[in-house]
Amino acid sequence: MDYIWQGVRDSLRIIATLDPEFLATVLVSLKVAFLSTALATVTGVPFGMWIAEARFPGRRAVTTMLSTLMSLPTVVVGLMVYSFLSRRGPLGELGLLFTPTAMVIGQFILAFPIIAGLSVSSVVGLDKRIRATAESLGADRGQSFRMYLREARYGILAAVMAGFGRVFAEVGVSMMLGGNIRGYTRNITTAMALETSKGEFALGIALGVVLLSVALVVNILFGLFRERSQ
Amino acid sequence: MGIGRSMRNCLTTIILCGLLSLSIEGSAGETLRLATTTSTYETGLLDHILPPFEKAHECKIHVISVGTGKAMQIARNGDVDVILVHARTAEEQFVANGHGVNRRDVMYNDFVILGPTGDPAGIAGTRDAKEALQRIASGKQTFVSRGDDSGTHKKEKQLWKMAALQPRGAWYLEAGQGMSATLRMADEKNGYVMVDRATYLFNRDRLRLKLVVEGDPVLFNPYGIIPVSPYRHPHVKYELSMALVGWVTSPTCQKMIGTYQREGTRLYHPSAGDREPQALSPKP
Repeated sequence: MDYIWQGVRDSLRIIATLDPEFLATVLVSLKVAFLSTALATVTGVPFGMWIAEARFPGRRAVTTMLSTLMSLPTVVVGLMVYSFLSRRGPLGELGLLFTPTAMVIGQFILAFPIIAGLSVSSVVGLDKRIRATAESLGADRGQSFRMYLREARYGILAAVMAGFGRVFAEVGVSMMLGGNIRGYTRNITTAMALETSKGEFALGIALGVVLLSVALVVNILFGLFRERSQ
Repeated sequence: MGIGRSMRNCLTTIILCGLLSLSIEGSAGETLRLATTTSTYETGLLDHILPPFEKAHECKIHVISVGTGKAMQIARNGDVDVILVHARTAEEQFVANGHGVNRRDVMYNDFVILGPTGDPAGIAGTRDAKEALQRIASGKQTFVSRGDDSGTHKKEKQLWKMAALQPRGAWYLEAGQGMSATLRMADEKNGYVMVDRATYLFNRDRLRLKLVVEGDPVLFNPYGIIPVSPYRHPHVKYELSMALVGWVTSPTCQKMIGTYQREGTRLYHPSAGDREPQALSPKP
């Protein structure tokens, strides 16, 4: 048991002294996860809202596909993107493998189906009369789009949070596409995997604390937002 | 128009994200990508010898720490500039096939075999690695293999071949992980494991396993550095790679390697200046 307490004590010291390696790792996680979630939000939310309202043959296939992709294994995404980005792959010229951008691409692919899929359900759940009323009052498409966005905001926000949670906590894509390069592509989860394999628990525990805290803060903010607007 | 505006907003956001993603690529200045074994990285050697080079050449070395087999695969694809690995035969093959050029010896140490206290296979004190493996296999004692085509795994496979055995069965566990992780697994499972001496010494205090076999010349473990061929992959930073080769084989850096210690023990022996292939010296 001693080594666990030792680890906890050391981890507190790492957090309290803002150890530079620790900070750099946290920063990489935040940057990459925020960016990939942002990209998946600006594309996934409109796409989900469109799917929810659109009527075309094959729409059902698209929604089934989205919900299947929600549980896409991270290593499958890692493998796919790796083979495209490697110098031998079709996008090799860009030299993106083992960069934060590669991680963003992989995480975007993970987050998009979640954000789009959950946006579909939050819009489908809305009262159909909203749109009819809006259109009868002369709203154009952009105006009804924003109206829907307002009405479905909790569901959509929850979708974005779920997407963020997925990418912030994933390790497969970050490890395969980032390469776990210290101070460059090493994020919280890949650093934890490395530290555990080395049998060094202190930094791992410190990073785990941050992982949990970020989840907590995001949830508190969501709660506040919900309370304020009710 | 509403739709026009929201589309414009969308586009602006995408462009902003694009710019942001450029900014996460971080600092300017040249970078060099080095794929290397888990052992050289985990023992802290690279943190010891690379910073002076980075400073002198105003560059950043991105270390990708994987097994030797994977490092060579990444290099064959042209995804790194230079590799530091330990599997002499595979290295020579790599150069012969035109993937790398100008291979140089850097340093060496040796492999050792660790086992649980009590030594159920009864191999403690044996110098013959082949015989040790035969006894582990015939007693069906737990043996944890890297199982990842790393330099250590290649050496282990060579030893099994020499022992005319094909390890198979519930006692033979293939970890598929780095050296430290594999050591930890062997420690938890009370099994035997083959490890390079540097990683062993680095982890010794946290292991219950004991050293049981050492000193067989076949356990010699040399490391080499190889720049990826610029003829095969024109985009690699060949000149900077060669500068790195120059640095790690220089007397200054060789001395740093030779004096690098953990808990009072030297982990590696420099060998760039040696004329003849070195013989194994059992006690570093």
